[in-house]
Amino acid sequence: MRLWRVPFDTNEIEVSKGIIHIIEDRCKGCGFCIEFCPREVLEFSDNFNIKGYYPPKVVKPDACVNCHYCEIICPEFAIYSIEDINHAVNSKNQKQDIN
Amino acid sequence: MSKNVNTGEYFITGDVACAEGALAAGCGFFGGYPITPATEVAEHIAARLPDLGGVYIQLEDEIAAIASVLGASWAGVKSMTATSGPGFSLMMENIGLGICTETPCVIVNIQRAGPSTGLPTLGAQGDMMQARWGSHGHYEIIALSPSSPQEIFYQTIEAFNLSEKYRLPVLIMSDEAIGHISERVIIPKARDIKLISRIKPKGKKNYFKPYQPEGHLGIPPMADIGEGYNLHITGLTHDHKGYPDMTPEGQEEMVNRLIKKIKDNRDDIIRTEDYRMDDAEIVIVSYGVSARSSLAAVDIARAQGIKAGLFRLITVWPFSELRIKELAKKIRGFVTVELNLGQIHLEVERAAGGNAPAFLVGHHGGTVISPETIVEALKNNF
Amino acid sequence: MKNSSLSNKHPLDELIRTDRIPHIWCPGCGVGTVFSSFLIALRESGIDLKNTVVVSGIGCSGRAAGYVKLDSFHTTHGRAIPFATGIKLANPDLNVIVFSGDGDLFAIGGNHFIHAARRNVDLTVICVNNFTYGMTGGQAAATTPSMAKTTTTPKGNSESPFNLPHLAYASGATYVARWTMLHARDLTEAIKEAILKRGFSFIEALAPCPTGYGRRNKEQPLQTLKIYQEKAIIKNGANPAEADIDFNKGIILGKFIDIKKPTWLDTYNSIYRPQDNSDIIDAA
Repeated sequence: MRLWRVPFDTNEIEVSKGIIHIIEDRCKGCGFCIEFCPREVLEFSDNFNIKGYYPPKVVKPDACVNCHYCEIICPEFAIYSIEDINHAVNSKNQKQDIN
Repeated sequence: MSKNVNTGEYFITGDVACAEGALAAGCGFFGGYPITPATEVAEHIAARLPDLGGVYIQLEDEIAAIASVLGASWAGVKSMTATSGPGFSLMMENIGLGICTETPCVIVNIQRAGPSTGLPTLGAQGDMMQARWGSHGHYEIIALSPSSPQEIFYQTIEAFNLSEKYRLPVLIMSDEAIGHISERVIIPKARDIKLISRIKPKGKKNYFKPYQPEGHLGIPPMADIGEGYNLHITGLTHDHKGYPDMTPEGQEEMVNRLIKKIKDNRDDIIRTEDYRMDDAEIVIVSYGVSARSSLAAVDIARAQGIKAGLFRLITVWPFSELRIKELAKKIRGFVTVELNLGQIHLEVERAAGGNAPAFLVGHHGGTVISPETIVEALKNNF
Repeated sequence: MKNSSLSNKHPLDELIRTDRIPHIWCPGCGVGTVFSSFLIALRESGIDLKNTVVVSGIGCSGRAAGYVKLDSFHTTHGRAIPFATGIKLANPDLNVIVFSGDGDLFAIGGNHFIHAARRNVDLTVICVNNFTYGMTGGQAAATTPSMAKTTTTPKGNSESPFNLPHLAYASGATYVARWTMLHARDLTEAIKEAILKRGFSFIEALAPCPTGYGRRNKEQPLQTLKIYQEKAIIKNGANPAEADIDFNKGIILGKFIDIKKPTWLDTYNSIYRPQDNSDIIDAA
């Protein structure tokens, strides 16, 4: 996440980390989740699903911040994320990313 | 005394008697729209219903009126509307929704002369075939036809009972003359009025199928909104779960079921009345206001030595075809008397199957048929 | 542990009739996203879902009633609002939500919409506006932009579209908002507010119809979403009269109206039975 300015409380903020799950066979390949993921976590898969569409695949699992946008914009109930409680990322670890 | 049953003796119009019948039946929602000659039904309900805890709402048109009535019925409340020809035409699509979704409700048509705006203040019985076939697709319907304010009072209760029992919109096909005539009406005590309510589902909610026929009548129990059944109700052809089924087989199953529940229970549904029929050689078939003229005509004819009898259709649809078929074998002929140019007449002719001739005494509407006209027809044809 | 919590069960599955999935909506269609926002809003609103009913008319958006696992009604074309009115007035304890499309609610059903808003019947109306009749293959609607191509306006639409928030406001709606399906979070929030709002509330949700509308107007679904992104002007409290949809100038989004007014039933009860505000008799 590139920020214009670094907020004062950056070091205290815990950025959540998400695990994405894709229900591949529900996907109709619209690509909304891929295009509008703010962290560019997803790409089209190379393999098509049972219906003949290319579902998304996770290419940058560590970048997911569990914002659920893919989950809400997906018209097919085919993707969702849950919080990875074991890997809550302190924003300090992302410093290079912020700058 | 129950507040909703106005027990007593009154001198009131058919429209008001209809409204009192509805209240006595426990009607709790009326979706109205003004139209001559049915307006007084709405007016009377609008004045009386709020005190009984119910709701009268005047909608923006008759389409909204019938749609609101269907919705209210699914919310668990006995519901009705009243209209005349033009409004009845507008209601047709949603009557089909009511048939398809098996929604109990009552629709009163105080018929006036058509087509189109026709004669708003003058009666006719020209919507009888529209009542039978007006909505698209093939279906069965129940339609009653009262011959007096007293009878419309009881028929409105009966219409609610039939609609709750068989789960469909039930039509009261009255006419301007009955709607506007004032006569003596006796409203009985609440405890003397028999009411029927929809059968409620039993068993596990998760497994409930809203269109699974049950019991000896083959009617699915009805869950109301908010009872936790997660109903899905659609006007699309649907399976027992209520889910769309877009196959010819699904269509056959559903339409057959909608037809069978009425056809197989015809004996329970159909009400008729015989007058001097025992030795009748000529049978007058009539209903509504025309049956009153026919009744007088029978007496006049009998006095002149003509062996006439009246077979009065209290239930017009489903049609008493077996009785007509039976009569056709032993009588000289039928005369159907109605305020149209031969709607039920053609049904009589069809059911007679050539075993007895069928004649029509009809009129375009705007007046009633006099007993003398009927007697004249008996003489001319037999 | 964490992997076992990931499954083929979507968090919204409890609100969906999963035995009817996949739904009929085309790839790239926006109805599913509006529907998903609606389900999240339902869940987050905290209302009693057992007492909640969804009513739809006819059309692509009208199929939503068939996928939501609540009491749900798929009625006739244009008549969802009066059907819902009957439900609400017969049992005021129910939360009644109409989910349907622009053709259904504003062409064939336009009269019902303005009158329900005028009466302030306590309903939530969610309109998926995809600018066309999708189910029948992309004909001109009451919302189709001027000059847009449809199967019935092959050289361009000669008519002007409705400004739906303005229509809703002028008719008397007490809550009016417009979002696109791309603004899914704002849309969800607005639907939640509308559900909790006592009174007639209206949400317009713009959504792509790639098959019916997009193809003829040279818009891929993703392009439509980018237009929503680029042309969106978020202006809460904007005058609905100025909220005409103009893709050249920009599309004004936001919550436009949020006012208090007694509902139809409040007024009816206060006039007709001031002494007791008892609910309708349970006649059935």
